Amino acid sequence: MSELNLKQASRKPEGLASGHRLCAGCAHSIVVRMILKATRGPTIATSATGCLEVATSIMPYSSWNIPWIHNAFENAAATASGIEAAWQAMRKKGKGPLAKYETLDVIAFAGDGGTYDIGLQALSGALERGHDFTYVLLDNEAYMNTGIQRSGGTPFAAATTTSPAGRVIPGKKEWKKPIDEIVIAHGIPYVATLNAAWPMDVMRKSRKAFEVDGPTFLHAFIGCPRGWRYPMEKTISLSRLATQTCMFPLYECTLEEGRPVYKLSGPSAAIARRPASKKPVEEYLMSQGRFQHLFRPEKRDDLLDSIQAWVDHNWEILLEKAGV
Amino acid sequence: MSAKQILMGLNGDESVAYATKQVNPDIVAAYPITPQTIIVEKYSEYVADGEVDSEFVAVESEHSALSSCVGASAAGARAFTATAANGLALMWEITFIASGLRLPIVMAIVNRSVGGPINIHNDHSDSMGARDSGWIQIHCENSQEVYDASITAWRMAEHPDVLLPVMVCLDGFTLSHTMENVLTLPDKVVSDFVGEREFITVEGHMGETELRLNPEVPLTFGPVDLQDYYFEHKLHQIEAMKQAFKVIPEIDAEYAKVSGRSYDLLHPYRMEDAEVALLGLGSTMGTVRHTVDQLRDEGVKAGLVKMRVFRPFPSSELVDALKDIPAVGVLDKSLSLGAPGGPLYEETKAALYHLPKKPLIANYIHGLGGRDTGPQLIRGVFESLLEIKDKGEVGDPMNYVGARP
Repeated sequence: MSELNLKQASRKPEGLASGHRLCAGCAHSIVVRMILKATRGPTIATSATGCLEVATSIMPYSSWNIPWIHNAFENAAATASGIEAAWQAMRKKGKGPLAKYETLDVIAFAGDGGTYDIGLQALSGALERGHDFTYVLLDNEAYMNTGIQRSGGTPFAAATTTSPAGRVIPGKKEWKKPIDEIVIAHGIPYVATLNAAWPMDVMRKSRKAFEVDGPTFLHAFIGCPRGWRYPMEKTISLSRLATQTCMFPLYECTLEEGRPVYKLSGPSAAIARRPASKKPVEEYLMSQGRFQHLFRPEKRDDLLDSIQAWVDHNWEILLEKAGV
Repeated sequence: MSAKQILMGLNGDESVAYATKQVNPDIVAAYPITPQTIIVEKYSEYVADGEVDSEFVAVESEHSALSSCVGASAAGARAFTATAANGLALMWEITFIASGLRLPIVMAIVNRSVGGPINIHNDHSDSMGARDSGWIQIHCENSQEVYDASITAWRMAEHPDVLLPVMVCLDGFTLSHTMENVLTLPDKVVSDFVGEREFITVEGHMGETELRLNPEVPLTFGPVDLQDYYFEHKLHQIEAMKQAFKVIPEIDAEYAKVSGRSYDLLHPYRMEDAEVALLGLGSTMGTVRHTVDQLRDEGVKAGLVKMRVFRPFPSSELVDALKDIPAVGVLDKSLSLGAPGGPLYEETKAALYHLPKKPLIANYIHGLGGRDTGPQLIRGVFESLLEIKDKGEVGDPMNYVGARP
């Protein structure tokens, strides 16, 4: 991987300009700016319908300092496939406006709804076909753009407008879909998880994703003050807690000799070395309104225990895979 | 001076594939569906044999086929796809986006009935379902027309005054799987005729640029377009459709010079003194022409108007063709369930409404789900029209030709 340091990144013009309409404290713009700091040169991006798309492109304004297209909700990966195939064809023919570019970073941004749910088919197809592009899942764990409805990426017990914490049912009944494992099962060359609390890790993984030939997948944790109901200034500290509790571990998965090779990234590797530093998941849950029904009017130890057990179980599996 | 041509035996699907091979677009993104499959199979062979440089994107659905074409076309590529029936229905969302983003994609529609009940055979319910999506629609009578339209469509779509996607429609099985003699142009003539894709220049938020996803001068495609701009963008599409009325005949005339084959928006046949006439689309028009000739031999003043371009709808040409005809029958190969009549009938009536003296007009729904419409049925339709003409009134305008009661 080519070198990428903070100094270089700070000097690079912003790919996503300020003045967009994302909520204060939303991690979308934080993470997208970091990712775009890591592009190598010529870049084309597409976004699925969602918060990022509606908040950055309200006609006649645009926050995008890179060529960008919104097509529809479920087809970010298919749109990116077409862009990448166009570049490949022009390279082959030696003519057409993209023919001259040695590299082209094609990026598809999509939310959890656009990835876990409605966009899963297009994503799977594009991964299977092996297009040279980077798919970025911006996971704020519900359909925030349409008003906080549950998705396949919403965690267990979280209250959303379509999985409300009711008198009988305490929030979402299902567990978060293992999207990274689904993607890794496609045998693609690079998958990584990103967290805005570790900016250099985000940028280095993004650069790697752009440099690797073939489809690459970045799963970014996106704190949502509005949807998760926490104070907007807490986005980074809450994001940090997600990794420190192993709710959202940071790792990379490369393909070596046809086998997925998992490697824990800095903060998660540190927990693996010092298991005692792993924070209880309660600490992460209690600061968010979407989990308040687990604490009030009475504490739901049964649900909290099962969430902790789920986190521990998945963390153990990850440690095994990472050979720790 | 038309070019020396090669006579080939091609079915309708092969005509699409062969013409598209000669055009050699940058990407072909398609998903197989009967009766379009021969197109994707043939094109895959061309790619596998190195006869084209196109990237064949073997997508996992029709929705992704057109979505990929949108991405590619916005990136400056020539993008082609083909589908039918439920495949077009699955693409429906993206048909509006392709047109709304002004992307000159070309798509072959091998017309097949939209289930359910499921049926693989021909009618026009698929392309009629997409008639409001902002695509130019060319309906072909035979494989020769399919071949020719598959070449000229690119020039129509990419014309700077148009910039709209084009559907080349051919009847499933009747054309797609039936071998015919097709005169084909040399590769060089086709590639010279279509030339390279050109771009209009626009003023973007980061300066002047060609209208494409340009890494050097970025543009934003598909922004959120709300109450304050959306309506005007729709007016631009309306204007583009109006421009297409001028551009399509210009390109057809230019093509006639190299091919010797002339095309129009409408093709009237033996209409000069006609007393009864049929209007319709697609392969049935050959059967109608045959029947018109027979009836003329018998002294019946019958005529035919074939509509080749359904979108934009050639209202003024239609008025010229039909205004003095006492009784007109409109052949629809699709339904608009719950509507007063079939789509072509409704639009034809609307086009003629302002005339002080209007023809008597009846609607003949035929061929649904591939029900054969032979010369005897068409003869029956003309007999019904003669009766209407003699009576001077239409009565119930809705007729379901060839259906058991």
